[in-house]
Amino acid sequence: MPVELIKLLIALVAIAAFVGLNGLVLVYLERKVAGFVQRRPGPYEVGPQGLLQPLADAVKLIGKQLFTPKGADKLLFWMAPVLSFFPVLLLFLPIPFGPVATGMEMNLGLLLILAFAGLNVLAICLAGWGSNNKWGILGAARGVAQSVAYEIPLLLSVLAIAFMTGSLNLTTIVEGQGGWPWQWNVFVQPLAFIIYFVSALGETNRAPFDLPEAESELTAGFHTEYSGMGFGMFFLAEYANMIVVCSVAAALFLGGWHGPFFDGAWWFLAKVYTLLLIMIWLRWTYPRVRFDQLLNINWKWLMPLALLNLFITAFVMKL
Amino acid sequence: MSVFKKFWDDVSSLWSLIVGLKVTGKNFADKNVTLHYPRETVTSGQLEGFRGPLELIGKPKDPAKPKCIACMMCVTACPSKCITVVKAKAPKPTEAELQAMKEAEERGEKVKKPKAPKEPAKFLYDFSLCSLCGSCVENCPAKALRYSSNVYLTVTDRKELKMDLLARLGAQAEAAAVETVVENPKNVEAEPVEKEAGTES
Repeated sequence: MPVELIKLLIALVAIAAFVGLNGLVLVYLERKVAGFVQRRPGPYEVGPQGLLQPLADAVKLIGKQLFTPKGADKLLFWMAPVLSFFPVLLLFLPIPFGPVATGMEMNLGLLLILAFAGLNVLAICLAGWGSNNKWGILGAARGVAQSVAYEIPLLLSVLAIAFMTGSLNLTTIVEGQGGWPWQWNVFVQPLAFIIYFVSALGETNRAPFDLPEAESELTAGFHTEYSGMGFGMFFLAEYANMIVVCSVAAALFLGGWHGPFFDGAWWFLAKVYTLLLIMIWLRWTYPRVRFDQLLNINWKWLMPLALLNLFITAFVMKL
Repeated sequence: MSVFKKFWDDVSSLWSLIVGLKVTGKNFADKNVTLHYPRETVTSGQLEGFRGPLELIGKPKDPAKPKCIACMMCVTACPSKCITVVKAKAPKPTEAELQAMKEAEERGEKVKKPKAPKEPAKFLYDFSLCSLCGSCVENCPAKALRYSSNVYLTVTDRKELKMDLLARLGAQAEAAAVETVVENPKNVEAEPVEKEAGTES
């Protein structure tokens, strides 16, 4: 039993380091891609090719004063960023990075991820409510409506894979796929993959579905009042969530650590980063959708399509 | 029927998402257009269409003299009232010339009185008011005005934005003369734009 515990502890520490490191890499990547898309160099002055820019950003965020606005609910206000960030670490536990590099293999790994991912909504809600700011509460209301809506097609598309493989264990699902692209689940379930990816964008509040933040309308939405590490935690949580949804996508649809010629964690990371790059690319391509459009996309398109996909999958599996 | 059409419209409009990705993807792969300022400066080729503060154009034969005929069209056209032109006065005749004129008049001859030359005595321009709308450039009948390519204009005092364009033209002509003497025909493309502000009056 203690061995299990120590293993868990090591996994958690490793995950924390992984999340922090990836946060830095993603901040850099995001800003560079944004720069190149707009034909400017992006971060350039701090370090060679601006490589130290995310570190400088992090130092700035850590060094800033933590400010609680007047009239804010202090407890809720400061609970929100913590609640936003720490559950995300848990989400990494069942993700199979490599044949052995899995934090904790469990039968209901997929369910654990989906269940704890929902906590982020609560954090957004608390942040908006606690900061006693109209932009904050508007952003939080949007965040809740959006996350609740987009969770359903996300679950349905994941369920289609679960029906196919008959397992909620991510490692088992990965093992069921082969190395080459036509042996991946995405080949059998392309619609589920697309629905999953679009819903994942909505779940992680990424552009074009970044309505809870919506700079042009709500200043910064639910994190308007946060400065320093309060904001930093939300920021880190957003990137960590992106990695989680991309990892799950890689495991469910893209064959996880399996790849042509050599299996291994590098295939997994390559797939995750390809998906992340696509997410960043999408962000710098599309304008933000309106809120009614956002919900229309979900309830009128993603939901029926996901249901249809699920029914067909169930039917075919029964045959 | 219309339901199906609407459905098909929605589905087919998904193509525009791909088009958008193509556009950003192409820009991503293209070369940057940003210059890293202190280490790189703008070349004149990159300044096509750039609207810097106004400057006068010199006469082809006498570059220190503007083509301006002091017709005041620019002053009238300017919506921000930032141009002040003072017409040149007629040259004052000397005593002897006055005497000669009087005598000629008495003799009943037609006297040619000295006329004011068609050129500005002063051409002042307040860049702090200018909105660079270009009305003056468009309205100039003598084509004596243009935008300068003065990208790196910086001043520390608002007064420095009140420019004397005649003095600027003179300085430019002088610099050009020096350059031709030095005979240094570097390729114009790579040559950075001159940095001087041309505000000295």
